[in-house]
Amino acid sequence: MYTASDLRKGLRIKIDNDPYIVTEFNFVKPGKGQALYRCKLKNMVNGNQFERTFRSVDVFDAADLQEKKMQYLYKEEGKYCFMDNQSYEQVFLTEDQVGDAKNFLLDNIEVEILLFEDRPLGISLPNFIDVTVTKADPWAKGDSVSGNTKPVTVQTGYQLQVPPFIEEGEKIRIDTRSGEYLTRVKG
Amino acid sequence: MDEDWKLSCKIGTLRIRSAVTQAIRRFFLDQDFLEIETPVRIPAPAPEPHIEPVPSGEWCLQTSPELCMKRLLAAGYSNIFQICKCFRSGERGAHHLPEFSMIEWYRAGTDYLTLMADCEALIAHVAGEIGLRDTVSWQGKRVCLAPPWERITVREAFSRYADLGLDEALTLDRFDEMMVNRIEPRLGIERPVFLYEYPATLGALARVKVEDHQVAERFELYIAGLELANAFSELTDPMEQRRRFEEVSHDRRLKNLHTYPLPERFLDSLSAMAPSAGIALGIDRLVMLLADQDTIDTVVAFTPESL
Repeated sequence: MYTASDLRKGLRIKIDNDPYIVTEFNFVKPGKGQALYRCKLKNMVNGNQFERTFRSVDVFDAADLQEKKMQYLYKEEGKYCFMDNQSYEQVFLTEDQVGDAKNFLLDNIEVEILLFEDRPLGISLPNFIDVTVTKADPWAKGDSVSGNTKPVTVQTGYQLQVPPFIEEGEKIRIDTRSGEYLTRVKG
Repeated sequence: MDEDWKLSCKIGTLRIRSAVTQAIRRFFLDQDFLEIETPVRIPAPAPEPHIEPVPSGEWCLQTSPELCMKRLLAAGYSNIFQICKCFRSGERGAHHLPEFSMIEWYRAGTDYLTLMADCEALIAHVAGEIGLRDTVSWQGKRVCLAPPWERITVREAFSRYADLGLDEALTLDRFDEMMVNRIEPRLGIERPVFLYEYPATLGALARVKVEDHQVAERFELYIAGLELANAFSELTDPMEQRRRFEEVSHDRRLKNLHTYPLPERFLDSLSAMAPSAGIALGIDRLVMLLADQDTIDTVVAFTPESL
């Protein structure tokens, strides 16, 4: 059971028996008015999106999803393939169903496949992953003109801002929920 | 340490913030306003239907310095201002922090319309001091700051932008929803706008218009869709203020919300207060606007989550 104050991007809730994922979330409060929670919601079954503004008294159920541990294998023609290591069963998810997680799919990474009524609909990643920086401009020590951050590309093709001292070939930890740099990983 | 890195990234906006704060102070000191500090920890806040104080023992932290500032007005102080932290429980979002910075200023012997002129002059002054001229760019919107700014009543705003008329929205309890979804995003895009003539029920400490008791002498300043300030002609009728406070307190009790004692000393002082006007402006929001930041997190050195 969730209340409105639990709402955040990525939360999965049940509306009219269907599972929905919050794709955008904003806490808003007009001056002296009540707190409102503006959400964009996507139906995980049919992909339909809509906007709804919730109030602090609203409550929701968690989406009725089952989780199954699987490993990411490969991507082919816009579909992502995952395999159950026990049963060797394979499932395919579309790019839409994978969503932002596509930026963090390392080879063979273990994920939770989310199923609704036995149909795979989405995936849940570990909160943190360690990735290698594959493209970065070198750091010119003492160069304060370019500022405190620089863009780099990591092994999945994802681009993000990191501190200027991060070099190509280094490993960094990323928070998959925000997509942000956390820390440099040694070794 | 990577927390240090995140902090070091903020230096540009924190420099702008410092310049903004000094410019605000200079604006008021140059007009012979008196800068005042009042206690942050108080026994009895002004009861508000949608603002939760942060408790501090049996007392609480101020949601606004308003009550003390108005007691000063009642004691004969006229032009006063305060830059201080305010605390509101449960308010956290891209434009909200549970601890935030406010400037409030009060003028005895004036009404809310004078404060509109103050806003035009203050923001032009602050923008000038940080090197902006007539225009500010915020998230792709270019707003011209040259006065006079636009003025629109709440009723007109509903008629122009909302799915429902004002009266219907109030009856169906959809006023706030219409404000955030339909009206606020359209306000102050080309020029800053004063949204004024709020329904009387939405201005607990505001005086109602003599000509129309359904309307409070209250305005809000919006620039590029950002809500920056809330102002009103102050209610000085102690009986009416007590009645409103008791009504809100009663509602809070019904909802099982914590109720503090009524601010008796404030109520006692009201009969000595001459007609005055006061305004609260969010400094973090102003810095967001002038530094083109889309989240309040980047205009403060530390968010609660980073402590």
